[in-house]
Amino acid sequence: MLPDNETRVKMYRTMLTSRHMDDRIMELYYKDKTPVFDIAAGLIPGEIHSSHGQEACAVGTVFVLGQEDWITAAHRPHHTAIARGICVKKILCEIMGKANGLSAGRGGHMHLYSKEHKFCSSGIIAEGMGPAAGMALASRMQGKGGIGVCYLGEAAVNQGAWHEVMNMAGVYKLPFICVIEDNNWGVSVSKAASTAIARNSDRATSYNALGLYVDSNDPDDIYNKMTEATEYARSGKGPVILELKTYRLQGHMLGDPQHYVPEEEKLAFRDCTIDYKNKLVNEGVITESEADSIIADIKNEVDEAVEFAIKSPLPDAQNALTGNFV
Amino acid sequence: MNMSNNRVLTMARAGREAVKWEMENDKNVFMLGEDVYKFGGVFGTADGLGEIFGADRILDTPISETGFIGLATGAAIAGMRPIVELAFADFIGVCYSAIVNLAAKHHYLSNGEFKVPMVLMLGSGGGYNNGGQHSQALHACLAHMPGMKVIAPSNAYDAKGFMHAAIRSDDFVVYMGQKRTSGVGFFGAPIPDSMSEIPDEPYTIEFGVARTVKEGTDVTVVAISWAVHQAMDAAKELEKEGISVEVIDPRTLVPLDRESIINSVRKTGRLVVADEDYQSYGFTSEVIASVIESEPNVFKSAPIRVANPDTTIPYSRPMEQQVLPTSARIKQAILDVMK
Repeated sequence: MLPDNETRVKMYRTMLTSRHMDDRIMELYYKDKTPVFDIAAGLIPGEIHSSHGQEACAVGTVFVLGQEDWITAAHRPHHTAIARGICVKKILCEIMGKANGLSAGRGGHMHLYSKEHKFCSSGIIAEGMGPAAGMALASRMQGKGGIGVCYLGEAAVNQGAWHEVMNMAGVYKLPFICVIEDNNWGVSVSKAASTAIARNSDRATSYNALGLYVDSNDPDDIYNKMTEATEYARSGKGPVILELKTYRLQGHMLGDPQHYVPEEEKLAFRDCTIDYKNKLVNEGVITESEADSIIADIKNEVDEAVEFAIKSPLPDAQNALTGNFV
Repeated sequence: MNMSNNRVLTMARAGREAVKWEMENDKNVFMLGEDVYKFGGVFGTADGLGEIFGADRILDTPISETGFIGLATGAAIAGMRPIVELAFADFIGVCYSAIVNLAAKHHYLSNGEFKVPMVLMLGSGGGYNNGGQHSQALHACLAHMPGMKVIAPSNAYDAKGFMHAAIRSDDFVVYMGQKRTSGVGFFGAPIPDSMSEIPDEPYTIEFGVARTVKEGTDVTVVAISWAVHQAMDAAKELEKEGISVEVIDPRTLVPLDRESIINSVRKTGRLVVADEDYQSYGFTSEVIASVIESEPNVFKSAPIRVANPDTTIPYSRPMEQQVLPTSARIKQAILDVMK
């Protein structure tokens, strides 16, 4: 099922929110790390895996989900969290390690959580698989009707956890979807160099799952296939692998020189926020000037959130020592 | 409590009784893991529960430890209370990340937004010639990591009370049962003192409260799990030689009842710590360090560790006995600390 025009505009706005947030993070990140790059320096320390280029994968899938559904996001979680409707201010505060962040500074950018949004994340590759399948199992045991969705990259499919959990999801016929955002690179190792087959959705055969593939990085196409995926998962037939071809525009992490990516591949990179805007304008869903004002609105909203986060207080250092147990 | 019926149970039966009661009284409690549905768990904790509760609540898993511990973590986050059977403690090697990076970290990293009320059951220890990959205690590999409570009961009364407490806890709890104390048939006759008279009613035991197994005045022996029984054998023998040994079983490694241990050493001035796990960076070192940090001048002689001397556990009987914290080794350590 294709999204209606109202949903398409919302998806576009959400993609822009994620993109502009990542743009601002990138700007602040580098500003504090110039001329000498020190990963520990500045307002935003640590690794940042930005979602530049993959925003379509988040909106096209998350917009199909309901409040009853569970999500585990990957080490690259910004676009997924924003598509789920988690407060941008709280996300930014967490990324800046502030006291009013999602986890009051205990988590950081790879560990975004929101109970209200049934949203978890994990920085270790493929380790969101088990929890998302467990959330699917719990939903079924409790008769709540929710499904579990795990987001990860194509390189995660080579982890043992991925295969163990896909098999269990197949054995138990869990209402579970694994969304693979295939950006072709696991840090510096290409998919061709790491993966024995061309399409990871073909692995569905091994796990009695439904395998779906979208090659366009287009939110409408993704939304359409995700609708099919959720209908299948909710029907009790078993798990789904939804493989999405996408692009990693800023490397594995900010500061990644990407010298290992062939020039011709970089030239072929597509920017889904530009492609989708052009599509919506060409189809008459929005006008060029409406697109401009949407972009201006989103920038204002995100800039305000950035200012809010910058002004927010750091946590009391003593908070490090509590919270391991209930 | 009703103790009138004189039911003496093994640790495995006592733990099973707690699991059964909790499953009858809380529909969110379920068990998953290796060989639980028909086999009843390798160590008998689920014996017969498959027939009672069915395959959906006593859920057999593939041999996919990373997968099912991750799955249990997600189920716990989503409101269930899973009990996970991992058979041998040695197998944490294939799923350590799921234990320490998922189950143990989600509560802290989410700033308490998500709880992980989950129990991980492990069969630990050796002494029955099962070789180097099925005989390890590995207490420290778990207790070292933040975010999980680690309990290692030594007797059936504690096994039942801690199992109730573990299942009801909103924290992630690792429940380590030593195989030779379990009383499961193929691991040999249970150690008599590991069996207890068990009340019919459910009851809980507070984590982090040590039990003084035997009072004494000359030496404090702190021992955990199977080593408690070895320590008691040594203490009883030395009693005849006029040495008064106090034996303390902390029962939980995390939280550790440091105060009770320190109080005992204040009284005796001598300390021996016995544990089946590897010596370096382990439970024995932690106990001694805790006492020294608190009471550096209390010792009449240097404390002694009786643990696995940092070697892979050998198969052959005389060699395995050499590396276990047997009563003979503990007895010698007590004599040495008395010099």
